[in-house]
Amino acid sequence: MTHPVLRLENIVKTFPGVRALDGVSFSVLPGEVHALMGENGAGKSTLMKVLGGIYQPDSGNILMGEDKAVMSGPLDAKSKGIVFIHQELSLAEELSVAENIYLGELPRKSLGRVDWAKLSEQTNAILEKLNVGFDAKTRVGDLSIANQQMVEIARALTVNAKAVIFDEPTASLTDAEKVVLFDVISDLKNEGVGIIYISHRMEEIFKITDRITVLRDGQYQGTVNTAETDEEAVTQLMIGRKLDLTRNASHHELGDVALEVRGLSCGKLYQDVSFELRRGEVLGFYGLVGAGRTEIAETLFGLRDPSAGQILLDGEEVRIHSPADAIAKGISLVPEDRKGQGLVLEMNCRDNMTLPQVDDLKAGPFVAEGAEVAIFDQYRDQLDIRTPGWKQKAGNLSGGNQQKIVIGKWLSMHPNVLIVDEPTRGIDVGSKSEIHKLLRKLAAQGYAVIVISSEMPEVLHVSDRIIAMYSGRIMRTFTSDEVNEDNLIQAISGLGSNEAA
Amino acid sequence: MQPGALAKALKSGAIWGFILLELIFFSVAGEFLSLSDKAFMDWENMLLLLKQSAPIGIIAMGMTIVMVNGNIDLSVGATFAIAAIVLLDSMTWPIFAGLGDWVIPVAWLLALMAGALLGALNGLIVWKTGVDAFIVTLGSMLGYRGIVFMFNGENPTSHLNWTLVDFAEAQFLGLHTATWFLLGVTFAIWFLMTRTVHGRNAYAIGDNREAAVNAGIRVGPHMMVNFAIIGFLAALSAVVFYSESGSVNPNDGQLYELWVITAVVLGGTKITGGAGNVIGTFGGVVAIQLLRKGLGHIGADTSTVNLVIGLILIAVLFLDKQLNVKGKEELKI
Amino acid sequence: MAALSKAQIGPILAKQGILIAFAVFMIAFTIASPKFLSVDNVFSVVRSSAILGVMALGVTFVVISGNLDLSVGSMMSFSTIVVLDLHDKIGPFLAIPAMFAMTLALGAIIGFLVGYLRLNSLIVTLGMLSAIHGLTLTYSGGQNMDIADKEGTWFSVFGQGTALGIPVPILIFAALAAFLGLVLGKTAFGRKIYAVGGNDTAATFSGVRRARTVFNCYLISAACVATAGLIQASRSLGSQNTVGQGLELEVLAAVILGGASLLGGSGTIFKTVIGVLILGFIQNGLLLLGLQFYVQFVVTWVIIILAVWLDIAAKRGKLWSPIA
Repeated sequence: MTHPVLRLENIVKTFPGVRALDGVSFSVLPGEVHALMGENGAGKSTLMKVLGGIYQPDSGNILMGEDKAVMSGPLDAKSKGIVFIHQELSLAEELSVAENIYLGELPRKSLGRVDWAKLSEQTNAILEKLNVGFDAKTRVGDLSIANQQMVEIARALTVNAKAVIFDEPTASLTDAEKVVLFDVISDLKNEGVGIIYISHRMEEIFKITDRITVLRDGQYQGTVNTAETDEEAVTQLMIGRKLDLTRNASHHELGDVALEVRGLSCGKLYQDVSFELRRGEVLGFYGLVGAGRTEIAETLFGLRDPSAGQILLDGEEVRIHSPADAIAKGISLVPEDRKGQGLVLEMNCRDNMTLPQVDDLKAGPFVAEGAEVAIFDQYRDQLDIRTPGWKQKAGNLSGGNQQKIVIGKWLSMHPNVLIVDEPTRGIDVGSKSEIHKLLRKLAAQGYAVIVISSEMPEVLHVSDRIIAMYSGRIMRTFTSDEVNEDNLIQAISGLGSNEAA
Repeated sequence: MQPGALAKALKSGAIWGFILLELIFFSVAGEFLSLSDKAFMDWENMLLLLKQSAPIGIIAMGMTIVMVNGNIDLSVGATFAIAAIVLLDSMTWPIFAGLGDWVIPVAWLLALMAGALLGALNGLIVWKTGVDAFIVTLGSMLGYRGIVFMFNGENPTSHLNWTLVDFAEAQFLGLHTATWFLLGVTFAIWFLMTRTVHGRNAYAIGDNREAAVNAGIRVGPHMMVNFAIIGFLAALSAVVFYSESGSVNPNDGQLYELWVITAVVLGGTKITGGAGNVIGTFGGVVAIQLLRKGLGHIGADTSTVNLVIGLILIAVLFLDKQLNVKGKEELKI
Repeated sequence: MAALSKAQIGPILAKQGILIAFAVFMIAFTIASPKFLSVDNVFSVVRSSAILGVMALGVTFVVISGNLDLSVGSMMSFSTIVVLDLHDKIGPFLAIPAMFAMTLALGAIIGFLVGYLRLNSLIVTLGMLSAIHGLTLTYSGGQNMDIADKEGTWFSVFGQGTALGIPVPILIFAALAAFLGLVLGKTAFGRKIYAVGGNDTAATFSGVRRARTVFNCYLISAACVATAGLIQASRSLGSQNTVGQGLELEVLAAVILGGASLLGGSGTIFKTVIGVLILGFIQNGLLLLGLQFYVQFVVTWVIIILAVWLDIAAKRGKLWSPIA
């Protein structure tokens, strides 16, 4: 029996209010491709940060071979043979391929000179192994994303890698590029390197991995041999044997069509998108990252210019030039990146909440601070925002409360169309269900709501209808009666393309 | 990739195209407007131009590596003045009285050390406190200028050493001493930035600091070395200039930082770091000096120089933005 | 008595550090020199700080919006020269609004470039520093500008007059500080400046028009510069072309000393006024102690670094930077 190159035992990691990892165990054998799966927020990235030395576990062990290892930081992890291929590339674009691969350890000659000959030789040897179409001297900024990723992989090969972690490596690759990547992975495998492969894409998982480990809510759900399982079984593991989130189709009458989109396209981002949204309805958008969901929301909010198609509000065609314009027309967007797009973290809670309407809250020439406090109090109570007071900086609140501030900000505008992108990303379980209830309640009150989510239970739970997207196109629109985990996963993986509307 | 490649070609060649344009324009316009009969592209005139480029040019080479690093140094003008005072004053110190002309290398060494130390002090503060280089050097620009005044109040510091003046005014192979220094420094920094590990790391840090840190590059000491280099070069610039002139006013070097930064940005160095090169900076320095001289040649006064240089700087920034313009699909933020 | 823990001292120092430093200075100087806190001396300090102060008020807006303005010094020279020139040509009544209009036009150009075209404010204002200096020299022909009849004009009131026993420059500075303090702290426009400076993406996502907000900040900065130029011109009734040279960095120093972050989103008018006064009183105090004026440069250097350092040290919870 072969010994694992790497073993994680009973890893526990807690953050204030969240138990991110709850006794997770995981191991990789030499020459194995081991998939790590789970919904967003299941704990995959926390686990990998523990492995990379960015977080220290509260308890549990990391074993390399027979020995216990402590990862004091990214450099330490790398020196121990653990290499990450990140989704976000960490390359210096102005430098050559060779310089990037040997960043921090360029070979030296006298006078501190770079030993170019040696560098090229070493680099080309690695590039040859990878069978890529560029050489050591190419400037990294001139490479495609796929080739830049190859540079990252080449970097992994310079150290004596024992385990290589790929985090959503195919997110921005074309099919041809994927084939090259999979070849490289299989070469690594043949050399006895252990590979951890993190991905949402079932198709790939079943094509290249040997075993699959599933996490859910920070807990270990089990490890299965890929050959002995199927997509449905894995999906079951990911979302739980019993769905604790029941479906939630509307029981109230739907109102008029608030928003209609006809043949909307935005260059390569998405094409020919058409749908209707009624008052009192929650329309879910489900798909992989990069499927074009967020970009549609941004177009509706005036942040992108569509290249074709029409947007109709209450039956009238409109052009939306800017967020200010969108807001004036009654469209609100709770953006996916709460800290980057949703809040001014240095500003207090009240000011964040009233920012879109600060021009309208007037007492003479000044902002009517009393009215602002009243609005804040109203939504603090309604949304149960837990904060010591409105003077608290938004950056000091927990993720869930921050999200409620953003939602409160837009509810206080009484929008005709409320778009919520990733409503519960990075939020603890308790707040999650509160926000889900809230979204349902809003629909019952007659709001027209769009929910964009990468979490299947969430989108199943809150939506009346679900639009499944794959690579910029609507694959299918499900009513809540038709939809189930299987056909939904198939639609967003591009497998159910024959069902395209 | 097509528009990107075009933009890149335009950018790397732009400064030389601009210099060519200046030469043609001033030659042609000079025929009609110039009061003197001398042609603009006179050999002597061009040699003088290089010599006059030296004080700004030498400092600009240091600014290139500091800005590629993602930092900036506003204190170079004050460092320039301190080094000048150390140079001229130390030659009169009684302890060196017995040295004769050997006082010259000693004075040079002292001035250069003073510059490197002041630069290193900036770097040390940036490294250890984590305060932004802009603020740190804004502060030391004031502080170092205060030190300049402490030497001799508001009076000029003067000392003429004729051996030194002869050296400074000498021409070797047709080029002035100052020009040789400019070329030497340009080559040295070019070598540093393109051929050495330190230079390549400078790009990595400016381009993607986190990646550099993760790759184990010690960012703090690295930046300190670069600040020491620019301090040293500010001092070298003073050494070259004041060896000839022999007298320094406490306000000398003021606004040098602005001229230097202008030259470096014109030469294509990115203000956010990670990109830029010494050859481009050399072009930027020459372009500015050419503009000064050319406008003088056609009878425009110095005021026009300021106006034109300011507008060109903004135009360059604007063109750069247009060439890097995002696609239509991009988020309108 | 519960002693303050280290963790508590940090934030207090960071929040009130500049006021504490100010108080310490005032007390030290008062002990060292009894004249220091006399009415005459205080008036003279504030009056001589007024020009710098008025400019700092405008730059505070720009800095909070997340940008820089290095052109205020040369713009102030421009205003001064223009108003002095026009004084004799079209009379002070018309000269003042004409000068304001021309200065505001310069501010609008910068605002357009930085706000609407999103060009880097450091480089744009650096270019404008040079360009406006050139413009001023062209306008004046390189000559000093003097009013012909220095005795007979009421124009001197802005720089030399007193009202209610208080020098007019102080009154202008105080009134402008109060007004702009209200604009920044109490109006919707002010709120939007903080939002844009704090996180311009989030501000845009909240419907704030970033470009317009930044544009207006530069207009305000230009208006303050024009006012400073007016005081300068009125005080001296004659001027060199370089009267404002180098002021841009002193102004920025005062604003930073007041605690505004160059990253934008923080700072207040009140704090900037404190920053201006600290610079003024240090200068004055050192002079009273018999030290030369240039000692203040060195002291200012140390204070700026310490102020910003302590501020970020309190925020990151560590004195020394984590840079390897």
